[in-house]
Amino acid sequence: MTTVIAPVATLLPVFAPAESLLDTGGTVVSLLLKIAFITVMFLVVPLVGGYLEHKGMARLQNRRGPVEAGPAGSLQLVADGIKFIQKEDIIPGAADRKVFAMAPAIGLVATLLSFAVIPLAPGLFALDLELGLFYVLAISSVGVLGIMMAGWASANKFSLIGGLRAAAQLIAYELPLILVAVAVALQAGTLSLVGIVEAQQSSELFGTGISMWYVFPQALGFGIFFLAALAELSRPPFDMPIGDSELVFGYITEYSGIKFAMFLLTEYAGMILMSGLTVVLFLGGWQPLPGLDLPDGALGVLLGAGVTLGKIMLLVFVMIWVRVAYPRLREDQLQRISWTVLVPLSLVNLAVVAVGKVVAG
Amino acid sequence: MSDLDVREQLLQGTAPGEGLAIELVGDGDLVTADMSLSIGPAHPATHGVFRVVFEMDGERILRAKPVIGYMHRGFEKLAEYRDYRQIMALVNRHDWLSGFSNELGVALAVEQMLEMEVPERAQWIRMLMAEWNRILNHLMFIGSFALELGAITPMFYAFREREDIQHLMESATGGRLHFTYNQVGGVKIDLPRGFLAESARVSKLTRSRMPDYDDLVLGNEIFRGRTVDIGPLPTDVALSLGVTGPALHATGLAEDSRVTEPYLKYGDIDVEVPVGRNGDAYDRFAVLLGRIRVSLDIIDQIHDHMTSGPVNQKLPKMVKAPEGATYVRTENPLGQLGYWLESDGGRTPWRLKMRTPSFSNVQAIPYLVQGQLLPDAISILGSVFFVVGDIDR
Repeated sequence: MTTVIAPVATLLPVFAPAESLLDTGGTVVSLLLKIAFITVMFLVVPLVGGYLEHKGMARLQNRRGPVEAGPAGSLQLVADGIKFIQKEDIIPGAADRKVFAMAPAIGLVATLLSFAVIPLAPGLFALDLELGLFYVLAISSVGVLGIMMAGWASANKFSLIGGLRAAAQLIAYELPLILVAVAVALQAGTLSLVGIVEAQQSSELFGTGISMWYVFPQALGFGIFFLAALAELSRPPFDMPIGDSELVFGYITEYSGIKFAMFLLTEYAGMILMSGLTVVLFLGGWQPLPGLDLPDGALGVLLGAGVTLGKIMLLVFVMIWVRVAYPRLREDQLQRISWTVLVPLSLVNLAVVAVGKVVAG
Repeated sequence: MSDLDVREQLLQGTAPGEGLAIELVGDGDLVTADMSLSIGPAHPATHGVFRVVFEMDGERILRAKPVIGYMHRGFEKLAEYRDYRQIMALVNRHDWLSGFSNELGVALAVEQMLEMEVPERAQWIRMLMAEWNRILNHLMFIGSFALELGAITPMFYAFREREDIQHLMESATGGRLHFTYNQVGGVKIDLPRGFLAESARVSKLTRSRMPDYDDLVLGNEIFRGRTVDIGPLPTDVALSLGVTGPALHATGLAEDSRVTEPYLKYGDIDVEVPVGRNGDAYDRFAVLLGRIRVSLDIIDQIHDHMTSGPVNQKLPKMVKAPEGATYVRTENPLGQLGYWLESDGGRTPWRLKMRTPSFSNVQAIPYLVQGQLLPDAISILGSVFFVVGDIDR
């Protein structure tokens, strides 16, 4: 008598990736379309976020912000970009030249790659990976490596302290960030980002007709995720690695010209990325309102992209608002908050979600 | 031990036949060396060319050494070659944030030597301007301190208020920073028509905006976390180092020469001195905010007391102080400002010694930052309140 052992893979539900609209007209065309999509997400959307930061901050501070470049100063960041390209690229004599030159690229590539799996609308994404959430969290953490390299290679004490602070900060935010993301994956039953959005649309909140955006059952998780995202991006009040009044400009101190611009672009793109991830995980992705579905066809795709980008900009605005309202924390204070508040709370969140999942069936 | 010392030690150790001389710290499993970090003279936290060298172990500061003198402009010597009218335009530049109060000290000193009676209206006007100048100065430090802690917005709020006040003072003095409004025997020119009404309006407006700072900065959780119990200064240490002004009041001692040794008409009105609890960075900031409120109270009282009459008196073509010496101390926005004026009877002072509050206040920095973390040291640097020009003169 022989026992047939089925391979484990066949026991698990088979993952069928969602169809991307960009997968049309052959490999080359679809590849180009996907590259274009990621480039727009990386180069154009952050400019909008940056403009929002310029204007939003200015309005919150009794200023007008940029007014000269383009209509209402909207091309200010483009003008800045042109200026950065023209500037001299200074490398300090004592710097480790190769590492110094590589550092801005590492952060940039990490953010660029992460955009591949962020869905904007039904069908509007470059890739739907089975391990999408895992992929984003893993890739975006690599960016810190670039920061540490910049801090080390600059041969500047301020840069070094900034780089080390970024490394210390990593320990503080990464754990709560991942624990909260795990809770979302648990409730959705999938790690695919498209799957998570669809799971939010298809399940109902306690028998009412309202879709279960995970911000409702996991409000706690949403708050923790947003805080941890701020820390990952080194945005105020967690901008200790840059800390301009303490460390001049932290790990970016010695950078100039296009390399400086790359760090800046990475920061803005990171804001868009983490906001996008928050929207996908907690705010129902492209669904305009809980319970309100998009129309079918091209209109639905366009509307969905608009809704997602609108939600992203809303979160970016909150990040700007926080920056305007709060002073900077100290590194040890962040560690204390993380280990005594955020980590236990995210574990509680995870436990509650797990129990809820079992009870609900 | 600085980097240089370590390097020397290492180099010595590389002599033939010797290994590297490595200093072992702690149990000897991790080799660490102290790092010297030079903050300034051009650093965003020092708002001016002030330099402080930290000897650090990681982010903890072992020793601090302020290095001053990058902005020495020789005011004391310059004053020996200017006559008493010209000195007014000179002294409002050493502490550029309290120009009027500086002029006041010199004017009082010269008048004391000449035994000159200043018209009553001129005295009230001087007090009014001195208090407005004090508010201007304090608003600046409220903004800059918050900026050093990473909060950018209070600076813009402070400048909104400063703009109103500067506009007001400009209407009377013609200056926004260097007023040159005092002269020996009074003030340069009478107030313009409607000034007191405008002054009352701005006073009311400023008072109505003060709760913004309480909410935005003082009540902010992170601000409290960054300042409470950071860099406490005991009263006896403060006194032995010569710290005065808000930094001294924060330690709990209400030594304010407007109260303890009134000049002008400060004896005729109520002057409250806000004091702190233990002299930490939070208290220093809270005292600064309290002093703005007190100054607004004083301004309102001055409006009620203002008399009419002349504001200056006819001076001889050449003002010559008689032979002798005098010392005048006034409560400047940042602390005690003293002028030691010695004259040999000529048209210029023989010696004008300045005792500036900033110079004495920065003496407390090495004491305060010892054993603190770098971010706390920045919080301390921002809260002892100094103007670099006032340190170096």
